[in-house]
Amino acid sequence: MQDAISAIHRNDSRRALATLVRLLGDFDLAEEALQDAFIAASEQWPRDGLPNNPSAWLVSTGRFKTIDRLRRRARFDSLLGELVTTLDENVPDPGDMSDLELADDRLRLIFICCHPALSPDAQVALTLREVCGLTTEEIAHAFLTSPSTIAQRIVRAKTKIRDAQIPYEVPTGRGLAERLEVVNQVVYLVFNEGYTASMGPDLIRVDMSEEAIYLGRLLVDLLPDPETRGLLALMLLHDSRREQRTSESGDFVLLPDQDRSKWNRDRIDEGLSHVQEALSSGVLGPYMLQAAIAAAHAVAPSAESTDWDRIAELYDHLVDLDQSPVVALNRAAAVAMRDGPEVGLALIDEILATGDLDEYHLAHSAKADLLRRLGKTSEARASYQRALDLAQQEPERRFLSRRLAETEDTTPR
Amino acid sequence: MKYLCLVYVEEAKFDAMTQAEIETIEDESLANDRELEAAGHLIMAQALESVKTATTVRMRNGKLSTTDGPFAETKEQLGGFVFIDAKDLNEAIRIASRIPLARVGTIEVRPAMDLLRKVEERPPR
Repeated sequence: MQDAISAIHRNDSRRALATLVRLLGDFDLAEEALQDAFIAASEQWPRDGLPNNPSAWLVSTGRFKTIDRLRRRARFDSLLGELVTTLDENVPDPGDMSDLELADDRLRLIFICCHPALSPDAQVALTLREVCGLTTEEIAHAFLTSPSTIAQRIVRAKTKIRDAQIPYEVPTGRGLAERLEVVNQVVYLVFNEGYTASMGPDLIRVDMSEEAIYLGRLLVDLLPDPETRGLLALMLLHDSRREQRTSESGDFVLLPDQDRSKWNRDRIDEGLSHVQEALSSGVLGPYMLQAAIAAAHAVAPSAESTDWDRIAELYDHLVDLDQSPVVALNRAAAVAMRDGPEVGLALIDEILATGDLDEYHLAHSAKADLLRRLGKTSEARASYQRALDLAQQEPERRFLSRRLAETEDTTPR
Repeated sequence: MKYLCLVYVEEAKFDAMTQAEIETIEDESLANDRELEAAGHLIMAQALESVKTATTVRMRNGKLSTTDGPFAETKEQLGGFVFIDAKDLNEAIRIASRIPLARVGTIEVRPAMDLLRKVEERPPR
């Protein structure tokens, strides 16, 4: 029974919280109510058995406990009395609520946590706390900061939600797309935190990529938007090769050198089906295009058999939607694979000529790779050196140093 | 002639005050409003919630940008104000984004504080 209760704690508590926030109109009251409900559950369930619908039971019990508690306090405060009356009279029994209404509550919770009037830091912290149910300690650990910093961020966000009256609602109409963009950004930020930080095993750290994928699945479930589906696919496909990205010594392993038999097949299969479904919507978006590119790599049995025609074509669409020079750089690398290093080099030189990527080490290392393939060793060395001067992270520096040394070895004497 | 008197204050000073000191300022402010009203000088007086509740709204190329926090540029100056009634922050942001100057300038959206209600709802001592 205790196991059953902790499983419900994990799976149903966030669902119940989402509804309690709406019913009680306050995050802290809702958290308290949920806690009270679990205390009651640990007494009643072992005696009476599990309820049919645990999250509805939790909502209902939490609400009654809150009314009781407020009523006791209301003896000293007439205004609380008013709140108790409205709570008591105007609230339908949660057991009667449809799945659709409950799903809407979950969406409301996500949209309020990712509200654009909150800072991006606060959006991430609040989402992980309220939607994923992580503790402030776990969030602090993942973001390499102190629990008090995270706690403060969350308190400040909740104060703003209350005092500026950010509504608990799912946006509609034109606003929905804009707001969903922010939600997607938050999810992707969480994912990248886990993805880039995955240096060696760290048992204490909560896996942020896992949390992001959970959020992605939840969103696709509640609101099947093609771009959100594209984002989920992108995360799954990236995650499928997470383990193979670094060697045991912590060095980067590039895509062509990775052991494809060790990519996570389940992740790939789930990712591929989402890419297909997202693309079939007929509307292209940046996440789904990136996912389609990742998919093209995922289905290639070997690096040599990669379909560069398709990848270059997908990048053509992506640069139409996203004018960032980094996307243009990635496209140049794909075109180089399709049409040869000379064509790619011309594109990279064009991008570098704008000056936007002058300080970006990957632009210089991409140029160096192409120069090396063309046998222009001394120019390649100069570009690798420039990349090495700009690179900050240790594994990247080691990688570039190694490339620099290899390039020296092939110099004709 | 009408004049707008803008009130600037370092919020940290409030944090350093005792509850009694804050209540004195609140009472004096309301009393001042009443005096001005009786003398026919008052058009409107309005306290604002903490700057921590501020949201900054801009429209650029038809795209809405919403960020947390107050307006921080020093090279733009206050050019006017529009005092609105909206059901929540989402509606306030929508209305703010349609102010024509949101396309060139910046609109800081700040919730009003109901000082009178705050004073009336003080817990009994």
